[in-house]
Amino acid sequence: MDLMLNQFLFLGAILFCIGVYGVLARRNAVMVLMSIELILNSVNINLVAFSTMWGVASGAVFALFVIAVAAAEVGVGLALVLMLYRNMRSIDVDRVDLMKG
Amino acid sequence: MSALLAQTTYTYLPEQVGFWMIAILMVVAALRVVTTKNVVHAALWLVVVLAGVAAQFILLASEFVAVTQVLVYIGAIVVLLLFGVMLTKAPLGRSDDLDGPKVQKGVAVVIALALLGMMGWVLAESWRDTKLDLHGRTVGELGQTTGQLSDSIFSTYLLPFEAVSILLLAALIGAIVLARRD
Repeated sequence: MDLMLNQFLFLGAILFCIGVYGVLARRNAVMVLMSIELILNSVNINLVAFSTMWGVASGAVFALFVIAVAAAEVGVGLALVLMLYRNMRSIDVDRVDLMKG
Repeated sequence: MSALLAQTTYTYLPEQVGFWMIAILMVVAALRVVTTKNVVHAALWLVVVLAGVAAQFILLASEFVAVTQVLVYIGAIVVLLLFGVMLTKAPLGRSDDLDGPKVQKGVAVVIALALLGMMGWVLAESWRDTKLDLHGRTVGELGQTTGQLSDSIFSTYLLPFEAVSILLLAALIGAIVLARRD
């Protein structure tokens, strides 16, 4: 049986949902960032699978853009986490409730 | 069975075995990333997932994206995350305060499963019989060679490419400004 498009899309969907669970359930900010990486990777699998299916390079180019944006995101995200740690001595995202009225 | 194999020019068994082995490994590793009690172990399981994604890219004939995935994700982002773990003095051993309370985890499981059910239903409905047809086409027809990718980046997507460069510069400056001690 030939490789189906669906296999890759389902793999992406499962990884996406695991990442969503991680973002919602974790309290440590670095762990939340790791879960976001899972989500971004699942999207990349979908992009490259569609790109190969249609036989065009566009999807793979977008996957490269996603990788670049993820690098930028994790850089700024970790800088924010470091600043949070410096100001609050903790990176527990539940304790960042300064906006609560 | 042998008559069936003789009829088809190619056998797809190695690809299927490869796909399912890597996929199962990836899902198990991803589950460990979001459930393990040890921050450093989570980062190392993340490496397994990212390497699995790169292997799936190879399976999809997209070699340049796979190499970039290994270079940028495993080479840079995971190391950056480990630096983040160490600079915030997270407990390097087992710790129990990585997860939220039970209620929060329960709600997260329900939301993730609902999302999976919804997406699975849509995917099963929309793309049920779509084949990738990797063997029926030449490598050039798959559109994933490094040359085709670079042609696409530097012609159709030149402006987004420059925008990404500016974005990376802005993120670099932003990260320095945020993390600087003053």
